[in-house]
Amino acid sequence: MIARLTVTVLVATVSACASAPSNNPPPDGAPSVYETKLDNGLTVLVKPDSRAPVVVSQIWYKVGGSYEPRGLTGISHVLEHMMFKGTQTLGPNEFSRIIAANGGRENAFTGRDYTAYFQRLEKSRLEIAFQLEADRMQNLKMDPEEFAKEVEVVKEERRLRTEDKPEALTYEKFMHAAYTRSNYRNPIIGWPEDLSNLTIEDLEDWYQRFYTPNNATLVVAGDVDPEEVFALARRHFGVIPPRQVRPTDNPVEPRQQAPRRITVKARAQVPYVLLGFHVPVITLGNESDWEPYALEILAHILDGGKSARLSRSLVREQQVASSAGVGYDPTSRNSTLFMVDANPAQGKTVGEVEAAIMVQIEQLQTMLVAQGELDRIKAQIVASKVFEQDSAFAQAMQLGALETIGLPWALADEITERLRSVTPEQVRAVARKYLVPENVTVAVMQPETPGNQKKG
Amino acid sequence: MRRITNYTMLPMLLLWAGNANAALDIQTWETDNGARVYFVETRQLPMVQLSVGFDAGSARDPQDKLGLAHLVNLMVEEGAADLDGESIALALESVGAQYSNENGRDMSVFELRSLSDPDLLQPAARVFAKILSAPTFPKASLDRERQRLLIRLAQQQQSPRDVVTRAFYANLFDGHPYAKPPDGDAEGVQRIVRRDLTDFHRDYFVGANAVMALVGDLSRAEAEQLVQQVVGGLPRGRAAEKVAAVPELNGGALVDIQFPSNQSHLLMGQPGVSRHDPDYFPLYVGNHILGGSGLISRLSVAIREERGLAYSVYSYFLPMRDRGPFIIGLQTRNDQTSLAERLARETVASFVAEGPSAEELEAAKKNITGGFPLLIDSNRKIAGNLLNMAFYGLPLDYLETYSDRIDAVTAEQIRDAFRRRVDPERLVRVVVGGSNG
Repeated sequence: MIARLTVTVLVATVSACASAPSNNPPPDGAPSVYETKLDNGLTVLVKPDSRAPVVVSQIWYKVGGSYEPRGLTGISHVLEHMMFKGTQTLGPNEFSRIIAANGGRENAFTGRDYTAYFQRLEKSRLEIAFQLEADRMQNLKMDPEEFAKEVEVVKEERRLRTEDKPEALTYEKFMHAAYTRSNYRNPIIGWPEDLSNLTIEDLEDWYQRFYTPNNATLVVAGDVDPEEVFALARRHFGVIPPRQVRPTDNPVEPRQQAPRRITVKARAQVPYVLLGFHVPVITLGNESDWEPYALEILAHILDGGKSARLSRSLVREQQVASSAGVGYDPTSRNSTLFMVDANPAQGKTVGEVEAAIMVQIEQLQTMLVAQGELDRIKAQIVASKVFEQDSAFAQAMQLGALETIGLPWALADEITERLRSVTPEQVRAVARKYLVPENVTVAVMQPETPGNQKKG
Repeated sequence: MRRITNYTMLPMLLLWAGNANAALDIQTWETDNGARVYFVETRQLPMVQLSVGFDAGSARDPQDKLGLAHLVNLMVEEGAADLDGESIALALESVGAQYSNENGRDMSVFELRSLSDPDLLQPAARVFAKILSAPTFPKASLDRERQRLLIRLAQQQQSPRDVVTRAFYANLFDGHPYAKPPDGDAEGVQRIVRRDLTDFHRDYFVGANAVMALVGDLSRAEAEQLVQQVVGGLPRGRAAEKVAAVPELNGGALVDIQFPSNQSHLLMGQPGVSRHDPDYFPLYVGNHILGGSGLISRLSVAIREERGLAYSVYSYFLPMRDRGPFIIGLQTRNDQTSLAERLARETVASFVAEGPSAEELEAAKKNITGGFPLLIDSNRKIAGNLLNMAFYGLPLDYLETYSDRIDAVTAEQIRDAFRRRVDPERLVRVVVGGSNG
C-alpha cells in the first residue's frame, strides 16, 4: 500500500471514503469511459459498470489546499463544509436529508489539488444528485451564524486529526520544512490563526471564484447509460453560466541545495522518523517521461507488501524498525515528495532507523534490482488493477483526480502499461538522481514524556 | 497495512442488510469437517474473494494472557508446514494475491484475494491453506512480533481515542470476556509463550469452529474444491463454548482519565444487543434517527449543527455473539466537555421518552431500505456480509427479508424497545482528556 503516508485528503463531513485510485482495461474494444464537454465547459465522464443497480456521482472542482495564498489556508476545506449549509431554496442540511430520504450515502473531501462531493445511490436516483449539486454550484447561501459554528467544527476537526496525533503533527511540520515556496507546505485543514481570521466575505469570494462549471468535472460510475447521463447533465448543469476563473499563485518549489532537519517534541510514547525527497510527477504533455513511473516502481520495491525490502530487511531481518513505509503519488498538480517513514524497534533509536533506510537507498543506487523482484512487483500491480475494479467508487475517484489535476483521464488506462515497462536501470537512475543527501528533509519526533525510549 | 491514515471517525454500524430483490444467489453447505460455507458466484471480474472466520477472537483470551488471540492471528503467516515466513510472503505476492487478517472480540478473520486464473489462484490457495492449518509459530518470529505488538500498544497509549475505547469496554463489560481488548495488553503479551499459541490454534482453528465465505469467478464445483483445499485439512474439533451472557449493569459509572490532549474524548453507553436479539430491528432503526445517520441525526444536530461543539458525534449498537455495546461518542475541546455531555444525555433521554416522530421514522426507513443495493455492490462487500451470516448463524433469507423487517418497524416498537433497553440514568461514561497544558 503505497499511499499510506499521503495525508492529502480531508473527508469533511461524516463517514470516510477510503479508496485507492483504480484503473480499467477497456472490455472487448468498447470504450471504458465516455466523455463529453458541455457548452459551459463542464467536463462529464461516465464509466459504465453494470455489476450492481447502483451509481456514484462525483463533482470535482479545481481548487484545494495548493490554491490557497498566505493567510487563507484552510479556506477550500471550510467552504466544502459550508456547501452543506443551504442554498437560496434549501435550508441547512436539507441537501443531506433529501439524499438520505432517497436511500443515498454522501460526503465530500478536500485535497491539496481538488475539492469533491459525491453521492452513492440506487441507479434510478441519479437525477436527484444532479439537481442538488447543480443548485449548490450556483446558489450557495452563506449564513453568518452557520459560518461561525462551522469554523468551530473545523477547529475541532483540526484538533482531532492533527493536534492530538503526534505523528500527524510531525507530518504537518515536516511538510512546512520540506517545502519553502510551494503551497504544499501548508496543511489542507489550514493553520489555526488563518482559521480564526477567516471571514464570510473571504468564503463568498472563494466560492464565486472557483465554483463554476468550466472549473469542474462531473464523474459518474455505475449501472447507467452514458447518453442518458449526458442528457441529464445538460438539463441540470448545462444552464449554469460559466465564469472566467482567475488563477491563484502556484509557486514552483526551488531546487533544494542542502539537507534539512527538524525535531518535533510531542506528548507521545513511540519515536518516529519521516524522510522526504523532492521528486517529479507526471506532467501534461510529458506523460511518457519515465521518471515518475520508475519512482513508483521504486516505492513498490521498498514497500510493495511484506516481501518488499523495508518490511523484509528493516522490520524482520535487522529488526531495527517496528514498522516502515513509503509514500509517493506520481499524480499531483505540483512536484511532490518521495517519503519514507518508520518507528524504531524496541531498543533502537530513530538515528539507527534513519541510517538503515539510507543503506537501503544506497543499495538501490549501486545495485540493479533483480528481475525476479521486479516481476513480482509487476504481478502485484497487474492483479491490483483487477481488484480495484471491484469498487466503482475507486474507479470514479481515479478519473476525477486525474482530470482535476490537469492530466488526461485516459492515463488511468495507460499507467499500468508504463509501470510494466520500467527497467532495472531506470530504477537505479532515479535513485541516484533524487534520493540524495542535498535533496532530503528529515523530521524526527521525540516523545517528551519522561521515562520513554532513549533518544535517537 | 499498519499505517494507512485512517480517517474513519465514525465507527459505523456494519449493517449487512438484505436485498429486497434477492439479487444474490447464496449457496451454502457444510464441509466434512464441520465448516459452514457461504458462496456467491460472480462472473464479471476475474477474481476470487475468500474469507475464513474462526470463533477465536479476544473473548477467548486467558485473563492473564490478554493478546493471545491477536498474536495467533498475527503469527500464522510467519511460518507454516514446510514454508518459512519469507517463503509465504514471496509465494503470495509473486502471484499478485493479497492476504489480510483481522482480530476482533468474537472472530479471528483471514482473507485472501486472488485473480481467478488457476495458475495464480492455486498456488495462493495452497499457501493460504497451510497458514490456517499448519502454522509453525517460529520462536524468532514470535519474539519479533511480540516486540512489535508492544510498540503498537505503546502507540495506542498516545491516542486519546484508543485510550477511551479501551477504558469504555473495560468498564462496560467489567468481568465479562468482552472487556478484553482485541489487541491485548502489555503484561499479557509479555507472558505469552509459544506453547500458548500452539494450544490456542489446536483448540480453536478447527472445522467445527470455522466459517467461510467465498465470492467470485468460480463454479459451484470449483468453489467446493477450493473450500476443501483451504479448510478441508483442519481437524473437525469442536465449536468453541458459548461466551457467558453479558450481565446487566449494576448502575451507571463516571470514569475520568487525565490525558494531555486538546480535546476530550467521550464514550458512554450500556450493553446493547446480540445478533439474534428480538429488539434488534426497532433498536437499529431508532438509533439511525438518534445517532446513526450522520449529520442529520438528532445527536449531530444538537451537538454539531446547532452548537459547533464537535466534528464527530454518533451512536450505534454493535451487535455481537452475545450483547455488544450501545455506544454514544464525541470529541470536543476540553473546556466544552461538560456542555457536550449534558446535551448528549438530554438528547438520548428525550428520544427514550418520546420515541421518533412519524416523519423521522419514515425518513429513516427510506434511507435504510433505499440504500440496500449499496451494501452488496462489490465482491468484497458481499463476502463480508456472507461471513457475518455464516458466523452468527443467520437464516439464509436474512438478506431477502431484511428490508421488509425494517419497513415493519413502528414508532411504538422503537419507543418501547428504547424504554426497556436504554436507561439514560444508568450509563457508563468515560472521558479521556482535560489536562492539556
